[in-house]
Amino acid sequence: MTKINLTDLTIRKAHEAMKTGDFSARELTQTYLNKITEVNPNLNAYLHLFDGALKQADEADKRFKDGTAELLTGIPMAIKNNICIKGEITTAASKILENYRAIYDATVIEKLRKAGAVFLGGTNMDEFAMGGSTENSAYGVTKNPYDDTRVSGGSSGGSVVAVAMDGSLASLGTDTGGSIRQPSSFCGTVGLKTTYGRVSRYGAIAMGSSLDQIGPVTKNVADAEIIFDCIKGDDDMDSTTIPENLIKELKVKEKMTIGIPRHFMKEGIDEDVMKNFDESIEKLKSLGHVIKDIEIPNIDYALATYYIIMPAEVSTNLSRFDGVRFGLYKDGGENLLQDYMKTRAEGFGPEARRRIILGTYVLSAGYYDAYYDKATALREVMKKDFTKAFEEVDIILTPTAPTPAFKIGEKSDDPVQMYLSDIFTVSANMVGVPALAVPSGFTERDSKQLPLGIQFMAPWMGENILFEIGKDFLGEK
Amino acid sequence: MEIKDIEKLAELARIEMSQQEKEKILGEMDSILGFIDQIQGAKVDINGREAGEVRNIMREDGDPHESGKYTKDILKGAPKTRDGYVEVKKIL
Repeated sequence: MTKINLTDLTIRKAHEAMKTGDFSARELTQTYLNKITEVNPNLNAYLHLFDGALKQADEADKRFKDGTAELLTGIPMAIKNNICIKGEITTAASKILENYRAIYDATVIEKLRKAGAVFLGGTNMDEFAMGGSTENSAYGVTKNPYDDTRVSGGSSGGSVVAVAMDGSLASLGTDTGGSIRQPSSFCGTVGLKTTYGRVSRYGAIAMGSSLDQIGPVTKNVADAEIIFDCIKGDDDMDSTTIPENLIKELKVKEKMTIGIPRHFMKEGIDEDVMKNFDESIEKLKSLGHVIKDIEIPNIDYALATYYIIMPAEVSTNLSRFDGVRFGLYKDGGENLLQDYMKTRAEGFGPEARRRIILGTYVLSAGYYDAYYDKATALREVMKKDFTKAFEEVDIILTPTAPTPAFKIGEKSDDPVQMYLSDIFTVSANMVGVPALAVPSGFTERDSKQLPLGIQFMAPWMGENILFEIGKDFLGEK
Repeated sequence: MEIKDIEKLAELARIEMSQQEKEKILGEMDSILGFIDQIQGAKVDINGREAGEVRNIMREDGDPHESGKYTKDILKGAPKTRDGYVEVKKIL
């Protein structure tokens, strides 16, 4: 079998190689499976490998022969384990769904399947996508491939590490407050949070329904664009998707004006992150872009507002797990109510319980006005602030995360410290704009190189602007 | 917040909790609420809001699948079933 160099491989390169016959889809899939067998036992990126991968690869090889192959045909992908693939175990890294087999394909899976992608396996995550380190998984932490004493970030840590360890060419994650972008920053991958409503959430296990979006994790921006083009679009099964007739193609400028909300970067940011951020700004200047200081008045409230709206939606969404229709059932109660209480006590981990309780509190009579109602009003104000900011600039730039990857266990006893890890990423979810995290260099800790990242935010439906600036920054043009 | 508030919330959320867990969560809630309470300083009028973008997001519920097509698959995932139904304990 041809030896395939996975390190430098991209979707387009793999496509060309399969087209010219340098290697087959089966050989490519087998190479990834071998790599997974070698590195996954330590890093724990994958929770389950799917049985059908080699068969799908054979199907892809047929398409290369009969000339119907598309860009994603035969491309091996990892799928976050909260996205349904028919017949496969889909746990959302929770004990309450330990034995749950999805009974249908998510819309994004259906689209990728049609394009001929190969699904290698389901990846680890924080339980129900709640967390920033994958330490909340019921199935163990996913370690950082650059330093295995550190976290991968989260919640899509498994999907990100699958790509970073060359255990898949690309993957899908979900992003509710930074869950694709923050781990991408920790592990040196490219991660895209799409405009709210641009990609169907049908078949993604819901966490915060007004915030959740599915998006790609890849090695470069061109690959993220290829996957985005495949999975985007209006869907009859998700009423929050944006109808095609309302999609605006935004104009992409060659030289862009990039806004920096400096007032938002005063406290709690690692010195090396700031230094790298300033170097990234210099690089963008040297590429001919214009840098402008901007103010986004209420952005300081984004994280606090997020920690009201998200748990409120969590407490609602997770009420469906009760041991009646699917998942874990704990017997032993005298009546149905006690069965519910025992099942949920056994099935949910500490962070899920914490957020359910918090969400129940902010929605309860007497506190609703002060928390939930105020937070939703503040969210509307923030949307206006972003609209105004985008009248002045094409792009808003921040670091992706305030620190490099932290040590396993370092923040697990302090929920608020963990939440602060999403400080730069949550606002894109709160207002619904797309955001792209790209690697921007390294810093050294304990004589190990750790990746850092920056985040570009564009106006609603401005993914094309993000791809342009991202490729320019990474030298992909 | 007091322990009885946590008990009430746990009951509303249908989660059985040990005394030890209630105490732990009480401490965590204090620190989380301390953090999110910063929004009380934001100047925003909860009564003066405008309706956002309004459009019909409903579609015709046309072309239904034949009745019972997915029943077997769905019931396969249920912990307890009987004669095509999910089974639960008595409610009262």
